[in-house]
Amino acid sequence: MYQYNEQDQTLVEERAAQYRRQTEDFLKGELTEDQFRALRLRNGLYIQTHAPMLRIAVPYGLLNSKQLRKLAHIAREFDKGYCHFTTRQNVQFNWPELERVPDILDELASVQMHSIQTSGNCMRNTTSDPLAGVAIDELEDPRPYCEIIRQWTTLHPEFDYLPRKFKIAVSGAQLDRAATQLHDIGVHLVKNDQGETGFRILVGGGLGRTPVIGQVIRPFLDKQHLLSYLEAILRIYNLFGRRDNKYKARIKILVKETGLDKFSELVEAEWQQIKDGMELSDARIAAIKAHFTPPAYDTDAAQDQSLATQLSANPAFATWYKYNTAAHRVPGYRAAFISLKAPDSPPGDMTDTQLDAVADLADRYSFGQLRSTHRQNLILADIKQADLFSLWQALTNLKLATPNIGTVTDIICCPGLDFCSLANAGSIGVAKEINEALDDLDYVHDIGDVKINMSGCMNGCAHQSVGHIGILGVDKKGSEWYQITLGGSSENEAAIGERLGPAVARDEVTQAITTILDVYVKQRQEEESFLDMVKRVGITPFKERVYADH
Amino acid sequence: MQIIKDKAIIEDTFTTLADDAEPTRGDISVSLSRWKRDRELLLAHPGKVGVRLQASDATADLADDLKRIDLIELDFADFADGRLFSHAWLLRGRYHYQGEIRATGHYLLDQIFYLSRVGVNAFKPAKAEQLASILANLHDFSVKYQPSIV
Ligand code: HEM
Ligand code: SF4
Repeated sequence: MYQYNEQDQTLVEERAAQYRRQTEDFLKGELTEDQFRALRLRNGLYIQTHAPMLRIAVPYGLLNSKQLRKLAHIAREFDKGYCHFTTRQNVQFNWPELERVPDILDELASVQMHSIQTSGNCMRNTTSDPLAGVAIDELEDPRPYCEIIRQWTTLHPEFDYLPRKFKIAVSGAQLDRAATQLHDIGVHLVKNDQGETGFRILVGGGLGRTPVIGQVIRPFLDKQHLLSYLEAILRIYNLFGRRDNKYKARIKILVKETGLDKFSELVEAEWQQIKDGMELSDARIAAIKAHFTPPAYDTDAAQDQSLATQLSANPAFATWYKYNTAAHRVPGYRAAFISLKAPDSPPGDMTDTQLDAVADLADRYSFGQLRSTHRQNLILADIKQADLFSLWQALTNLKLATPNIGTVTDIICCPGLDFCSLANAGSIGVAKEINEALDDLDYVHDIGDVKINMSGCMNGCAHQSVGHIGILGVDKKGSEWYQITLGGSSENEAAIGERLGPAVARDEVTQAITTILDVYVKQRQEEESFLDMVKRVGITPFKERVYADH
Repeated sequence: MQIIKDKAIIEDTFTTLADDAEPTRGDISVSLSRWKRDRELLLAHPGKVGVRLQASDATADLADDLKRIDLIELDFADFADGRLFSHAWLLRGRYHYQGEIRATGHYLLDQIFYLSRVGVNAFKPAKAEQLASILANLHDFSVKYQPSIV
């Protein structure tokens, strides 16, 4: 994992000091609401329905146990005893006091963490594959490039006041677990015809009220040109992105209005002028890569016989193993998911006790490290197969072993009306209700890979437009309604879901979802997945049933 | 009035000239459109000449004249309009402009460090009391990650 050097540490400390001064200036009345708003947002501080909300950066989802304990401490001392993991792998606190945020930032700086650029119209935290470095379908570990991008984006003097927020995601695997096609820039490690590794660059993806899938602007970019190419895109966006209308200010709109051909001409012309002199040297790449060398794996791990015995002796463990662990590139190891989707807890939430306990588990079993995922769960990436059983027992005691990863109850859900001042409708309550309606685990497992994403408004924080089943809260004359979409995906075959029909009322959502699943179960062919079936039959059979029930 | 230039407080010698005003004696600064309209006349002016750029102006329009211009003012109508940051970078990094680049208008004190990094070397304060803060803000950070002009 990347370790701060003196320069990195100085930067976060100076930033915390700067923010303390900004907060004081605001409280003294020397900064207007508007001015302070722009500054606090660059430090992840929103003003929400009940209290401020502080978003903390987790660069490409990587955390160590010390950082997790610090989050537990902050949850206890500055919040109401819990925190929230987001779709962008970050952490949010829902109840900090504005006056105490500078103290939180000092605490964070002490464990190499910060809130820099976690919101506002600037380059945001770079996200990545939570299985980076251990996935079996990986061409190359994307994290060194994420770190290179993290440093380049942090306090970038030219691109901190962009037309709108800007998100970059990097993936190095065959299966895209980082939703790269739905980012302002998607970076994908690929091999060219000569067998060299470089990047495929996508541009103009994004969610929100106009979801758009990114387009390939460069099929192959040599590694050394990564930053100059990003800089060229950002400069064109900064200069030509629309600033007259905030809903049209994202790069997706610029690319659409300009046309990809013309847009790439502009970028290429800019890039030609800056690429010489901005190369990433092999030495620099190697130096950053050195921070991500594999841990000291036990070469005898695969010799273990206990796992097979435990699996056959304990069906509950076997189920957890099947759903909540993933293949690892080192024999004898697995990556283990920590499900933050227990039926009675809001998706993505974790208590201070759980945070502390998981930090201990990371230390004991997984080299002291863990990752947050795009679907609001955590991963312990390097578990010896012989340790899986005791890990499972420990997680079970913590209510973190719900065997539902990748199933219909692994719902992505934004805070909705419960916390968010922009919300049109609640989402946490709906997720809970769906979860209760689907309390039969066998049924949930039989349904298999169905991803439900639900947002409380069209900003789309929970990626509802790319959920296999998307649920979007809408406001109808002051009451909560829900627009359902089917067939979306953020993985390789990225797609925007199609609307099922008119929005349904709050008390009919759960019924509508169970009906949709019922239609699938009855009409699927053999091993057909939900997404494949929607592709084959379209939305009509679902629509007929859902609206017929009314 | 006093401004900051090259990290020091100096007396500002420039007068801002409205588009329809007669050139005064001494150093003057004009809008880009006025520059385009009266270029020859302004070049004959005995004092120094500066040009004021808005965020929506294009630096390329000025590229051929840069050697004859002593000052470029980046005039912030809105602190959140980041185009002026790219304008500064382009003036220094692409067109190698050597003269004074000055931030004026509604920029934030917290943007001074960034502005100085993209090549802005002078700052006109909104209020005289801000001179000391501007000098301090130039040193908000002692470290930086990425190359820029500075
Ligand atoms: C509670 C406070 C929150 C507020 C006020 C908020 C605000 C917003 C807004 C205004 C947008 C729309 C941006 C646009 O259209 O350009 C947005 C998009 C988004 N937010 Fe949030 N959000 C909040 C919480 C969250 C949470 C909890 C998550 C993750 C679960 C999240 C992740 C995202 C994502 C992934 C997008 C879509 C990005 C895209 O358009 O490409 N946000 N948010
Ligand atoms: S989707 Fe809407 S309701 Fe949900 S967190 Fe985002 S802004 Fe708030």
